Amino acid sequence: MTSADHEATAGAPPALSVRGLFKRFGEKIAVAGISLDVPAGSFYGIVGPNGAGKTTMLSMATGLLRPDGGTVAVDGVDLWTNLFEVKSTLGVLPDGMATFDRLTGAQFVTYAGLLRGMDRATVTARTADLLAALDLRESADKLIVDYSAGMTKKITLAAALIHAPRVLVLDEPFESVDPVSAAHIREILTEYVRTGGTVIVSSHVMDLVQRMCDHVAVVAGGQILAAGTIDEVRAGRSLEDRFVELVGRSHTAEGLAWLRTS
Amino acid sequence: MVAHLVRLKLVLLGNALKRSVWQILGLIFSLLYASTAGAALFAGLAYLSRRDIDMAATVVVFAGGLLLLAWWFLPLVAFGIDSTLDPQRFALFAIRRRDLLWGLGLAGLVGVPGLLTVLLTLGTLLVWRDSPAAMLAALVSWPVAVATCVVGSRATTTTLAPLRSSRRFREVTGVLVFLPLLVIAPLAAWASAEIDADRVTIEQAAEVVSWLPFGAVWGVPAAVAAGEPVVAVAKLAIAVATLVALVALWAWALDRTLVTPARRDGSSTRTSGLGVLGILPATATWAVVARCLVYWIRDPRYVGSLAVVPLLPFLVNFVDPGTGIALLALAPVTAFMLGWIISADVAYDHTAFWLHVVTGVPGRADRLGRVIAAGLVGVPVTVVFTVGAAWYTGRWEDLPAVVGASFGVLLTSLGLSSVISARFVYPVPKPGDGPFSTPQGSAVANLTIQTGGWLVLGLLVLPEIGLAVAAIATGSTTLGWAACVTGLVLGVVVLVAGVRLGGQLYDARSAELMQQVVAIS
Repeated sequence: MTSADHEATAGAPPALSVRGLFKRFGEKIAVAGISLDVPAGSFYGIVGPNGAGKTTMLSMATGLLRPDGGTVAVDGVDLWTNLFEVKSTLGVLPDGMATFDRLTGAQFVTYAGLLRGMDRATVTARTADLLAALDLRESADKLIVDYSAGMTKKITLAAALIHAPRVLVLDEPFESVDPVSAAHIREILTEYVRTGGTVIVSSHVMDLVQRMCDHVAVVAGGQILAAGTIDEVRAGRSLEDRFVELVGRSHTAEGLAWLRTS
Repeated sequence: MVAHLVRLKLVLLGNALKRSVWQILGLIFSLLYASTAGAALFAGLAYLSRRDIDMAATVVVFAGGLLLLAWWFLPLVAFGIDSTLDPQRFALFAIRRRDLLWGLGLAGLVGVPGLLTVLLTLGTLLVWRDSPAAMLAALVSWPVAVATCVVGSRATTTTLAPLRSSRRFREVTGVLVFLPLLVIAPLAAWASAEIDADRVTIEQAAEVVSWLPFGAVWGVPAAVAAGEPVVAVAKLAIAVATLVALVALWAWALDRTLVTPARRDGSSTRTSGLGVLGILPATATWAVVARCLVYWIRDPRYVGSLAVVPLLPFLVNFVDPGTGIALLALAPVTAFMLGWIISADVAYDHTAFWLHVVTGVPGRADRLGRVIAAGLVGVPVTVVFTVGAAWYTGRWEDLPAVVGASFGVLLTSLGLSSVISARFVYPVPKPGDGPFSTPQGSAVANLTIQTGGWLVLGLLVLPEIGLAVAAIATGSTTLGWAACVTGLVLGVVVLVAGVRLGGQLYDARSAELMQQVVAIS
């Protein structure tokens, strides 16, 4: 993204704006007051260690989980008071959830389109396009329960794209996806951002985020440690080094002297 | 190492209990249930000891044989039962086979079924209290019996593990396992009617069973009590040989399992086209209908409920006193069963429910879609059962009353279910599990919600049921038609109100529903 693009979108409200988001599960505070702005037209990466609260935060930002406190706005419209309106502009791929796996791949994508109230002709055409683009045409009539984990991710992504959302929220979209498919998905997403869409992805893979995204937020312990453009956050170093520095390395490899075999 | 494996099993059990208070209540309930069953069985054993020796031998052999067969074959079909000590998981550890056999064997006794088996088999000693020699024989064969239970179950599950990795096999057996259980009750009743007349035959059958691998161990004390030491030794030899063979089989299967990595089943189901999703109108409501219909046909949890339906007429006819009265209740009972299934519809969706939440499908469409799908299954069945019952019993004059009661119950339970599943999510078998594998610890949550729901349902259908019963009792045509009209009108009213209220609840609480679903996953 160039600075000219920034200026063009400067007047528009952020694609996703989160203020003071808070969630507690029993004793554990999963998200401890997160505020974050995702500029429209950005490719935004969310990185953080396991249990950082990424999934909880994204669930609250997509209407899957009601926050205990704080607000979420998509394109300037408050999510939790305008659920129907906002959900129609969001495409969501959650992580660690089941799918309706007794449906075939084609049925699942069609189902997602019809649930969103789209007409038959559009759903049929787009389902075919998506299955082709994600290299799933061969398996279109196979039950999802017989899919591999990577294929299941891809079909869920197709279901998230069918209504041409303005904002895509993808939780770990590349997990267990093979490198060829991952490169392919990346192309689709980059093209989507180039034409005005906004993508928010969470990932463990720093390298991927550094290469793919233009913005990044580092989340740990339910809080944002750093957020901004990739260059701002990494401050001249690799994102991975900066991440480890921010999150803090709790132990070193020195303690395992006995592991040396020579 | 052996102690490690047993301790591992205990720790797993303890950790499961720590997860939630429902797990603890579940264990308490199963212990209560087991101790009640155990007490009843002990009373039976004590009673047997006062009866003649032939009778005692017959019962012990049959009951013991059944127990062994249950240990051997039930784990195969009741999947999801206990895979915590799946031998596959030890493949990467360097554990000697002998240790693994002992460890897994002893760990198999940890738990309610194991405890009950140990105590009950020990309890059979009571039966032989009049004959010290037989009691001694029972004491000697007791460890053999217990070991045969555990080793047998490990042998069958480990040997057939490759088969069980096939989804098709698990689904089919998971549904089929219930069918014989349904038949057992009528069969037992029939047998008890015949038993006095043919006691000799029963005893002869027991004699045959006591020579078979699963009966021999139980026949040893009986043979001693009957003063036949040679027979006793022969039967003990059969029992020990069975045990040895099972250990050998298990050891062989274990060796094979440890060097064969688990693999996904290659076969997969293919369909062509979109099926019913491509036929029904392209709206959110009808999309939900189509998806639910696919699940009614393809998901073993729904199929299991449907598979029982064709058997119901036979079961009901069996308890009928001969007047056809019971058959008249067939349609309302079936209507209730089918209408009630969708009270757990969101729980059956499991976390796949997220798709409904993120797409923002209106509550009305979600509720109505599920109701229509259940109705498309329930209405034809109810029609067939009402008309069929009238035709079979020749009680055509009671048809209006039965129609009123049946459709009243069907429509009311569909309406009530729409509200319940928008408000409560209780644990049900997970996707991919068998229809009859009840998740641990769900008993209390299930009972509370379902009993409450049934009470409300009972109140809501009271008018049409009351009128129908009155009509059938008095033979009044007027009352019959009154029941018919009341049932249909009240049913439609409750259905419409239920879908409305359920839809509003859904719209207001879809995120909370999602959180409830995640909590039980």
